[in-house]
Amino acid sequence: MRKLTPTLANQTSTQSPLRKPAAHESAARQVAGSARYTDDIPVPANTAHAAVGLSHCSAGQIERMDLSEVRRAPGVIDVITVADIPGKTDIAPVFEGDPILADQAILFHGQPVFAVLADTPVHARQAATKGKLYITPVAPLLDVADALARHELVRPSHTMQSGDAKRHLSASTHQLEGSLNIGGQEHMYLEGQVALAIPEEEERMLIYSSSQHPSEVQKLVAQVLNISLNKVCVDMRRMGGGFGGKETQAAQWACLAAVLAWRNRCAVKLRLARGDDMQLTGKRHPFKNDYKVGFDNRGQLQASQIVVTGNCGCSPDLSDAIVDRAMFHADNAYYLGQSSVTGHRVRTNTVSNTAFRGFGGPQGMLAAEAIMDGIARRLQFDPLQVRKQNFYSEATGTQTHYGMLVTANRLPDIIEELERSSDYWERRAQLRRYNAHSPVIKKGLALTPVKFGISFTAKFLNQAGALVHVYTDGSIQVNHGGTEMGQGLHTKIAQIAAHEFGVGLEQIDITATRTDKVPNTSPTAASSGTDLNGKAVSNACRKITQRLAHFYAQSLQRADTEVRFADGKVCLDQHQIDFAELVQQAYLARVSLSATGFYKTPKIYYDREQACGRPFFYFAYGAAVSEVSIDTLTGEYTVDQVDIVHDVGHSLNPAIDTGQIEGAFIQGMGWLTTEDLRWDETGRLISMNMATYKIPAIGDTPPRFNTRLYQTPNSEDSIYHSKAVGEPPFMLAISVWCALKDAISSISDYRLDPQLDPPATPEKVLWAVMNIQARTQADADVREPAL
Amino acid sequence: MVRFLLNDTPVTLSTADANQTVLQFLRETKGLTGTKEGCAAGDCGACTVVLAAPTAHGTALHYTPINSCIALLSSLHRKQLICVEHLSRGSRLHPVQQALVEHHGSQCGFCTPGFVMSMFALYHAPGTVQREDVMQALSGNLCRCTGYRPIIDAALSVCAKPPTDHFYTQQPDTLRALQALHNSSGTALTEEQHNPGLQGPGLLMPTNRQELRQCIADYPDAPLVAGSTDMSLTITQQLQQYSTLISLSQMQELKFIHCTSAGIAIGAACTLDELHRLVCQHYPTLSELTERFASLPVRHQATLGGNLVNASPIGDLPPVMLALNARFIIDNGREQHSLEARAFYTGYRETALPAGFWLSHIELPLLKPDQHLAAYKVSKRFEDDISAVCAVFLVSIDKHHNITALATGFGGVAATPIAATDFEQRLPGHSMQDALALTQAKQWLASAFTPIDDVRASALYRQQLLANLWHRFVLQYQNQHHVIATRVRYHA
Repeated sequence: MRKLTPTLANQTSTQSPLRKPAAHESAARQVAGSARYTDDIPVPANTAHAAVGLSHCSAGQIERMDLSEVRRAPGVIDVITVADIPGKTDIAPVFEGDPILADQAILFHGQPVFAVLADTPVHARQAATKGKLYITPVAPLLDVADALARHELVRPSHTMQSGDAKRHLSASTHQLEGSLNIGGQEHMYLEGQVALAIPEEEERMLIYSSSQHPSEVQKLVAQVLNISLNKVCVDMRRMGGGFGGKETQAAQWACLAAVLAWRNRCAVKLRLARGDDMQLTGKRHPFKNDYKVGFDNRGQLQASQIVVTGNCGCSPDLSDAIVDRAMFHADNAYYLGQSSVTGHRVRTNTVSNTAFRGFGGPQGMLAAEAIMDGIARRLQFDPLQVRKQNFYSEATGTQTHYGMLVTANRLPDIIEELERSSDYWERRAQLRRYNAHSPVIKKGLALTPVKFGISFTAKFLNQAGALVHVYTDGSIQVNHGGTEMGQGLHTKIAQIAAHEFGVGLEQIDITATRTDKVPNTSPTAASSGTDLNGKAVSNACRKITQRLAHFYAQSLQRADTEVRFADGKVCLDQHQIDFAELVQQAYLARVSLSATGFYKTPKIYYDREQACGRPFFYFAYGAAVSEVSIDTLTGEYTVDQVDIVHDVGHSLNPAIDTGQIEGAFIQGMGWLTTEDLRWDETGRLISMNMATYKIPAIGDTPPRFNTRLYQTPNSEDSIYHSKAVGEPPFMLAISVWCALKDAISSISDYRLDPQLDPPATPEKVLWAVMNIQARTQADADVREPAL
Repeated sequence: MVRFLLNDTPVTLSTADANQTVLQFLRETKGLTGTKEGCAAGDCGACTVVLAAPTAHGTALHYTPINSCIALLSSLHRKQLICVEHLSRGSRLHPVQQALVEHHGSQCGFCTPGFVMSMFALYHAPGTVQREDVMQALSGNLCRCTGYRPIIDAALSVCAKPPTDHFYTQQPDTLRALQALHNSSGTALTEEQHNPGLQGPGLLMPTNRQELRQCIADYPDAPLVAGSTDMSLTITQQLQQYSTLISLSQMQELKFIHCTSAGIAIGAACTLDELHRLVCQHYPTLSELTERFASLPVRHQATLGGNLVNASPIGDLPPVMLALNARFIIDNGREQHSLEARAFYTGYRETALPAGFWLSHIELPLLKPDQHLAAYKVSKRFEDDISAVCAVFLVSIDKHHNITALATGFGGVAATPIAATDFEQRLPGHSMQDALALTQAKQWLASAFTPIDDVRASALYRQQLLANLWHRFVLQYQNQHHVIATRVRYHA
């Protein structure tokens, strides 16, 4: 550079953007249709399109394949099977078990067996239907209880224990037993799985992938091609939704595109049609939870034995950690007393289940909430009273079943605020009066809490890197290891960088996540995106501001400790200089204006052998009150009002945090109500499109939907004392499930606790209603025998 | 050949490929990638675009959102196609776009262009916009991120004021441009052999009965397609490719509505949205069905005739036709015949429509004062879902509360849309006030059919619903004056 550009004009609104409700950094481009997703990237002229050929049975051995008709189909360029993979054929993320294409064994219905490359997407898809597969079928494992009885596990079972649950259980005044079958969930990101592979010179491969984990895509592409990692670059600007469904599940399509691109020396795009996406990619794990608890006359738990059994599908994928998280959260917010929590990881011949917002936590928590409802009905208490009785506290206990102390517990505060703001008790009274005079429609109300542990439970993942450049006009480019899937991560990162440099948001540009800018990154998952990458970015920014401060102080012959960056200026006592002006002077004085940043979460450890430790840096808390109406003739229902108070620490961006809370709530509500995964008796998914799998639509948004942020700063040193917000509010929706049960229970005058296995479809609600009606009638007959 | 305005640019397209969707045209031919493919089946709304066409008086434009992923090119003919890229002017966002930004209505942003377009159509809709209108207008757009609250707020705020955008101010120019398209294609239409819409193979667009008859004679195997909301799925989902399709989109003769004192005649190519407006006026209790029929963009494309001839056992209109004893008028361009609705459905997705005939229109009787009509739809999700059970009851009740006549229609309980004929025979003579009669009637109805278990519901649930929906009907009758709540959501 021989001549510097003019510096950026000092913006008028350079007040720190931190904690302001800044709009999503891409919002203007998203509404204008100019925000580019992977499928929108202009492709090289010779781009070809790939599709996969699928297995039509759930379990068996491939004897023979006849792909001659596939090869002869119009437009076909290439067809590959597992034998054509140059390198490693297993693309599993942690433990082995996920072949890129079926390798002799068929593991689930719809498993990709071959891939085809053609001139157009339609030709590729048509050709992919023409394969003749000769498979010797075996009886598929489809039933979880059956698989567990046969010890068909993808990973060993594990137990967390505190005290002697068994002994205390029998000594308790009251005992309660129950079981819950919990449905899975399809991610239904609006943008389906897609990858574009472009071969470059020197045997390099450039991959555009809609992935939450570019570094893993990079590693797996290198492995399947049998080349080193430095030859592969993965670029990810934004996803059209992820929710965990693109943490491990994006890799297969990128790897297949890369192999076909490698073989044919052309760019290859592989975009799954929606029906294929729904069949071929993993979902939230269905769980079966069994519990036995003992409690006293006040409803306080004395002892708990909980067994959570996750249906992992055909391979381990991330299931070890997912079932662990279900176990960590089987207490939700309650002291379990003397306890044991066991987790099983069952193998079935269905698609391998994977990460989904909450990562097993929601399924675990349902056990705790089912227990609270059960105790309340048994003792004829309001369920809220029982919940409050059992919160972690000095009076009950503060140590979890895995040995972590619950400190800085925000729940008592949050519940108090929510009880008041939602008018819980007055509405409870109104509702009882309403139900007494309403024979068909019954209303229900429930307040449920959330306590969710923040950190990856795989300790090594709790690290992040960043790369920050300051250019000579004062503009700043920031790159970090996190990916943007809509959650507003890049917006918060831009706020952090702008705050550190004391400049306006418009001066910051966040570029696409790229493995050649920040290497060896963790997935954007576990709600950790901002916590980890925000700290890494602030670390990088501070390296540069320290250099600038030192340079400025030196030029004024002062100490550099008092230099401040704010309002587009750099100040030291009465001296001040425009940020960009100082940047130019520093450049001319040969001060480095670029830095990498790094962060690793402190304090966390977990000894899995002993099942004891501090797996989480901190907990995020929240609570919700939901009110529902059910139609006892059809089981149809509406969610009439929702009130939420949710702990975000000291919020970096209240608008984005509110959006995460509301969106997570509705997504959780969908999981527990209308989202109904169905397989036929052969193991084929039959709810495989949006016509048969129903996520919440706009009319499902409660007409009264009040969300408040609980903004007490995080007691731990998280980024500006904010808290992670991606996953925790998902579980606030358990209040809807409990409110439906409350409405059904009203039929028995709140004596009976209905069995309502989620998803609580209208059909399930009607069966639960009829069951409670019959049991109530039977009770009445016993109490007042007919003359 | 289709002629349309792409925003303000006239476009003439060959229809030699009958299978091309509007979405493919936008993304692949024009490189307009703002419009997204979410499902390619009309279920998510990410692909929503807006068509503008002159209103009946021809003095203004009417804006209708449609799903471009299941719209064939014929749907564009003589219309203005507006997609998300056309809304902003330079860097200045359109008011609906600005409102979405200000209310934090986009997260991942993939559904956003579809929401923008549905909101754009609502923004141009006449009258004041209430929350209920927003729900209707956006019922076909799924968002997986936001939970919708900010989107609802954005729509309410931007639609509170009358439109002032450049589409509004430039309406006279657009109307003139559309008229010019009309004129340039109109001359060719005067002589049948010159109608470029009849040159196959490809997508044929006959404009009258004679042309349609000729198309069928020339291409006897070519399917007829009206709104294409179901037919397109065979292309986008089952990967079928048609050499020729015969589009009814230009058949004005199939698009009339006549109301007389005796009844109503409705052309088969009337859209479900037009039908809904008619229903609200003459059969208000049917509005639940027509309002919850798919989503608004689908209702702008899909037609009455398409839903009836499709003969799906889970369609929501055939049960209405059965209960109302509608007459189906069929036509082959030379002669018309009238069929009773009850004689139309002959088997699973089979009808009594002979080869060479099409459904011309439907004749519906008006309700008599003693007739009570109710339509109930039960599905997993309230909006844009297919019925587990659809039940329609038309009951004549005298002043002593006795049932004098009864007609029914059901969807989702058999291989065809079906009436409970035995139930219809047994019930007259019973009182609507008689508890024993209710119990008996519920038993009759629960055992009237042998439905199947499927992805939407179990057979048992369907049988229970039949009984309980009759129970609901009786409760609603009994409580006409002393109201108890019988529904979680009310209609009409």
